[in-house]
Amino acid sequence: MKTVTQYIKRLFLSELFQGLGVTGKYLFARKITVQYPEEKTPQSHRFRGQHALRRYPNGEERCIACKLCEAVCPALAITIEAAEREDGTRRTTRYDIDLTKCIFCGYCEESCPVDSIVETRNFEYHGDQRSDLFMTKDKLLALGDKLEQQVATDRAIDAPYR
Amino acid sequence: MDALLYLHTTILEIVAIVLPILLCVAYLTFAERKIIGYMQVRIGPNRVGPRGWLQPIADTVKMMFKEIIIPTNANRTLFVIAPMLLIGPALAAWAVIPFDAGVVLADINAGLLYILALTSISVYGILIAGWASNSKYAFLSTLRSVAQIISYELPMGFALIGVLMAAGSLNLSEIILAQQGGILHWYWLPLLPLFVIYFLSGVAETNRAPFDLAEGESEIVAGFHVEYSGMLFAIFFLAEYANMILIAALAAIMFLGGWLSPFQGTFLEASFAWIPGFFWLVAKMCIFLFLYLWFRATFPRYRYDQLMRLGWKVFIPITLVWIVVLSIAILAKLPPWFV
Repeated sequence: MKTVTQYIKRLFLSELFQGLGVTGKYLFARKITVQYPEEKTPQSHRFRGQHALRRYPNGEERCIACKLCEAVCPALAITIEAAEREDGTRRTTRYDIDLTKCIFCGYCEESCPVDSIVETRNFEYHGDQRSDLFMTKDKLLALGDKLEQQVATDRAIDAPYR
Repeated sequence: MDALLYLHTTILEIVAIVLPILLCVAYLTFAERKIIGYMQVRIGPNRVGPRGWLQPIADTVKMMFKEIIIPTNANRTLFVIAPMLLIGPALAAWAVIPFDAGVVLADINAGLLYILALTSISVYGILIAGWASNSKYAFLSTLRSVAQIISYELPMGFALIGVLMAAGSLNLSEIILAQQGGILHWYWLPLLPLFVIYFLSGVAETNRAPFDLAEGESEIVAGFHVEYSGMLFAIFFLAEYANMILIAALAAIMFLGGWLSPFQGTFLEASFAWIPGFFWLVAKMCIFLFLYLWFRATFPRYRYDQLMRLGWKVFIPITLVWIVVLSIAILAKLPPWFV
């Protein structure tokens, strides 16, 4: 009996009609497309985008060249060279992040004892050449200056959990 | 002088048929992307022109400026001829399609036969395309595709035999006129199994989803036209969609009464009499074209053996049985269709 009903079901394509019903229903469903440049999806304050180096409010760069980020980076994307500055503090002479290697895991940010290297919410960047995606210290600091406002608020929101 | 005038008017008529078809093809691709998009809860192309309406134009222009690459080991002549062998029959078949009462380019008595012959020829286009490409993917796909088309031509032919038995004529206009008398008089009802099988075989004939295993993106890249690019590829595309429209038109003519008004025989007949028959034909074609797209959005691809089983072990027996049932009904003069 079961085989007979199954045979009849198959002959009259009942499951295929069910499938057509599903797609037919979705034809009139509300569309979920986000029209990207005009519309954007909500973003978490923990979003991990392009990197930046921060400064203290007095303009002094935060980075003390401890090289923890370089050590923790699983993709070996960070290269740091350090030297003593004339005022006797330890500072970086070179701080490069190769964005073509970076996997945006956020470990550098987590390892940083002075909240210097951060990942900003900016994901809308591109490079015409590979060298455009090779972030030097100057570029990182400039980006940090530009986005400091948002970076600071995002860190403040997240402070209770860190 | 008369002959020249005749030639001129015929060419004009051909242009008047072919150009709208090509335009329909362009906008069928747009409709496809939109409808499938909507069924997948997307909104489809909407950037070129208002609401995306110029998308097919942009696609055409892009295609025209693409380079035509002919593979080194390909057979050049056949490689170029193949797409033409495909598009030719797809467009030529429209010669016998009646668009309205008396509006037909060639009102020949063997119209149905002509259609069957031309739709069968298109298989050579595919065969030659796959062979001339000299590529294993194209060749594998060609084998699949040709086996599929030939298998499905049989149930399709049987379904049409049912129509011609019922109408008693091979002339498409007469087939339409034989269905006069309202929706219930059209052949979809007495020939329901044949109608379903005809359309499904049509889907298989045109290599469309779910029978598009000749394309099989995941296994054989894109089927028999992998090696084609630019305008030569576009012609394959045109032919596929022109064939879809043709199958839709034929299904509308054979089973849904072509240009006959669906309100015939009801009290609404007079109030809808001002609508030209052409409109009804197009409306009925749109139903089938929509079904094509709906199928594509819904069903996964058939496996090759399933496809063959469906064709040989399901469709052909059903059509054969129904032809017997039909001949009994005709002998018994079953009203209201066969009086």
